Amino acid sequence: MILQPVPQFDSKSVPPSSPSGHAGATPIASAALRRVVEQTSKVILGKERQIRLALACLLSRGHLLIEDLPGVGKTTLAHVLARSLGLGFHRIQFTSDMLPADIIGVSIYDRESASFKFHPGPIFSQLVLADEVNRATPKTQSALLEAMEEHQVTAEGESRRLPEPFFVIATQNPSHQVGTFPLPESQLDRFQMRLELGYPDRAAERALLQGVDRRDLIASLEPCVTPAELLALQGAVRQVHVSPALVDYVQALVEYTRRSPDFVNGLSPRAALALVACSRAWATVEGRDRVIPEDVQAVLPGVAGHRLHPVVNGVRRTSSDIAVGLVEAVPIP
Amino acid sequence: MNPAPTLANLLVLGVGILLAAAPHVARLPWWVSALALGALGWRAWAAWRNERMPRRWLLYALVVFGIGAVFLSYRTLFGRDAGITMLVLFLALKLLETRTQRDVIIVTFLCYFLSLTNFFYSQTIPTGILMAATVLVLTAALVGFSGPTRPVARNFRTAGMLLAQGIPVMLILFLFFPRVPGPLWGMPSDAYSGMTGLSESMSPGDISALSQSDAIAFRVKFDGAPPPKKALYWRGPVFWEFDGRSWRPGSVPNPGDPQFDPLSPPVTYSVTVEPHNRPWLFALDLPGRVPPGAQLTADFQLHARRPVRTRLRYDMSSFLEYRTAGGSAEALAAARALPSGFNPKALALAGQWARGAGSDEEIVLRAVDFFRRAGFGYTLSPPPLGHDSVDDFIFGTKRGFCEHFSSAFAYLMRAAGIPARVVTGYQGGEINPVDGYITVRQADAHAWVEVWLAGRGWTRVDPTAAAVPLRIESGLAAAVPRGEPLPFLTRPELTWLRTLRFNWEALANYWNQWVLGYNPERQRGLFNRLGMPDTTWQTMAQMLFWAVGAVTVAFALWLLRKARPRDAAHAIWLTFCAKLARRGTARGAAEGPRNFADRAALAHPRAAARIRAIASLYIDLRYGPERDHGGVARLRALVRGFRA
Repeated sequence: MILQPVPQFDSKSVPPSSPSGHAGATPIASAALRRVVEQTSKVILGKERQIRLALACLLSRGHLLIEDLPGVGKTTLAHVLARSLGLGFHRIQFTSDMLPADIIGVSIYDRESASFKFHPGPIFSQLVLADEVNRATPKTQSALLEAMEEHQVTAEGESRRLPEPFFVIATQNPSHQVGTFPLPESQLDRFQMRLELGYPDRAAERALLQGVDRRDLIASLEPCVTPAELLALQGAVRQVHVSPALVDYVQALVEYTRRSPDFVNGLSPRAALALVACSRAWATVEGRDRVIPEDVQAVLPGVAGHRLHPVVNGVRRTSSDIAVGLVEAVPIP
Repeated sequence: MNPAPTLANLLVLGVGILLAAAPHVARLPWWVSALALGALGWRAWAAWRNERMPRRWLLYALVVFGIGAVFLSYRTLFGRDAGITMLVLFLALKLLETRTQRDVIIVTFLCYFLSLTNFFYSQTIPTGILMAATVLVLTAALVGFSGPTRPVARNFRTAGMLLAQGIPVMLILFLFFPRVPGPLWGMPSDAYSGMTGLSESMSPGDISALSQSDAIAFRVKFDGAPPPKKALYWRGPVFWEFDGRSWRPGSVPNPGDPQFDPLSPPVTYSVTVEPHNRPWLFALDLPGRVPPGAQLTADFQLHARRPVRTRLRYDMSSFLEYRTAGGSAEALAAARALPSGFNPKALALAGQWARGAGSDEEIVLRAVDFFRRAGFGYTLSPPPLGHDSVDDFIFGTKRGFCEHFSSAFAYLMRAAGIPARVVTGYQGGEINPVDGYITVRQADAHAWVEVWLAGRGWTRVDPTAAAVPLRIESGLAAAVPRGEPLPFLTRPELTWLRTLRFNWEALANYWNQWVLGYNPERQRGLFNRLGMPDTTWQTMAQMLFWAVGAVTVAFALWLLRKARPRDAAHAIWLTFCAKLARRGTARGAAEGPRNFADRAALAHPRAAARIRAIASLYIDLRYGPERDHGGVARLRALVRGFRA
């Protein structure tokens, strides 16, 4: 079946599910996705699950936060995804002396035309890698986060739209490291998903050590999807069927976090929306046209981990521990 | 460890504490109330501003101080009043160390207990309503502590649901719990102080003090039309001995048997007497039967074996016309005894009557006539009397209350040589048009005289009726001159208030008769009406067990019905899961259908294909976009035919 083109993305109106009920992963689309996953897995070894999650996050039109120690491949992952998806790519290395203009761009006086000319900053790109986002000052962080939310930037009183699709993959070091400004909760909420990569396993690390230089490998990568295909895929994600029984499950999860004494706050409605959107995208990546509870469980750690704050209890619990506990605690209705 | 309680839930608990303690405040020493309020305020401040709570040594010091002060106030640490004071004190201090959830739960349970102690003092409908509200608030607080993020309004709804669900069990326990006569546990000895009622002696001013009280003495329900109001003499203590000022029961030698010849058919009625901490039971002159556990004295008083400390209901019959049997010589002598050196003028007057009369009847008639004509006035605030109280009253002030009239009359009779005794009790009563009960109040307390006449025996003479006929015919309010203080509710001008009161009292009486007065006899009556006469307490206990069990099962079924899935495909899926569970592969509650199918297929390789087919069909039906009823039928057939 041929994909129905979905040219306009209006975040306010959810398109009705198609009457035939098979708007999900077409052979072409899933093949393209499979190629993306395969190609990325060749560079980032042993992390296929994280790659799929990252892809699902981007397909659900969300921004991604990768949090881990330096040197586990955060930047490489973002880079490879950009190449494989064929997106225009800019990398911004955040530092503590960075100003908002360094991201958005500046107007410079042009003598020939005798006027100010706007020189767009690195944010005007389809995929922006915001490296070590928690090393910048809150002012600079919020300039980036505003762009993420609005898909536009305002410079010298003029609003400029950002290209479509527009993704931000931000990486950050664990906030207990020196010289960081941790992102406040309200800004963490802007990220659809947060991933932790973790150390590679022994076999993957051995392959990495024996293999080719990663930079050469990235340079040789070819795009697997066109931007138009990517837009169509994003449209398809929104057509994935979500049955009432599944909404029951999502609500049960969300209500549990609000009732449970283990968390400071429960999940917000925005988090619930993100959970549904990511579950749809995950189902698409898995090649299904309907969301099943397993999809929700798969994306739950990434979506809920950075939004839930466990009541501190002596033992430090990681976000994936929390999510696993959450999945165990809530029966599927 | 649990989180610290939230501010909102602490506020709810605070309201609960106030409600539980409020009825006690009037009875507590003022410093306890002040200390408790201070502690509550301190805790609220600490919760609001997140301030620290008092240090431990201060709390210890307060505890020691509190125990000492309670001991100084009551001279004991035990008993009802001291015990409750200690409870309030410790509750307040415990509040100041509520840091964790465990602490606030302890405080809540203490509050439940504290509100229960209100029943030591009052068991009226308003108390019941207040306690229901208290329990609701406390339960809501308790719900809140276990779910700190829930909104308070929802906690109240949950608490209301919980209490509502308890109602059937409460009714069953109330109706079928085997009743024992009397309370299940002994009340502390200080529990009965401060009850109003007639006393064991009569001095001028006693009854007029009582007549300011609206409190109910007893209620009466006649089988049939009640007798006229002026025949309603409710007999209480009888006094034989006079010391110049007070009348006392005295000791009557050789009193004889309480025998009389009835001259009219009996009237039958039932009496519900309020507790008054004295042994008397009240009946119309003269009582024709003795309630179980009581006895009739020679002067026709009904005495219970123990002081009346709970509301008591008994059936009575009385003969309004009678002729008593002959008194013994000793008793008649005791009824003529006079203290010497008092009231010379009255003695002279009585001597004058005795000399001029042919018979005792004539003397009595003369005396009554004297009371009628001498211009006596009725007042609730009589002027004080001197050493010769009877002389002062008859020839001086001439204003008095029934005890003055009866005391003077009995004195005059004895001075004239006629045996006389003073009878106290109640006169009249007010009929409630709503339920037909006659209410007799403390304000209806009365005193009259009985004289011994040969051939007629003890004969009632009411000098008050002779002097102030309105008192007997129309009640207290009519007899008292305008402008004198009256019990509020007997004032004639408040008609609408009286109507309201009649309705309220009928309700309260119903409560007393059927809720508080639900005793072994009433319970037996209920079982008789249910067709099970002669029910033993063992049978009752069994019925109780089965009835509570039935209610619990009914609730459980209701809850299960609510929990059963409405989705047909899901119901079939659960059957399938149950089948696999019997084969040793149980689905976890949070295990999705695909994961479960994968696991089950590994565990049962021969059935793998069928398991996957069923799971896939179920996923289609439950999570897919199709709504296909043929699919449900197919799933049902697959699951029915499934054997692992």
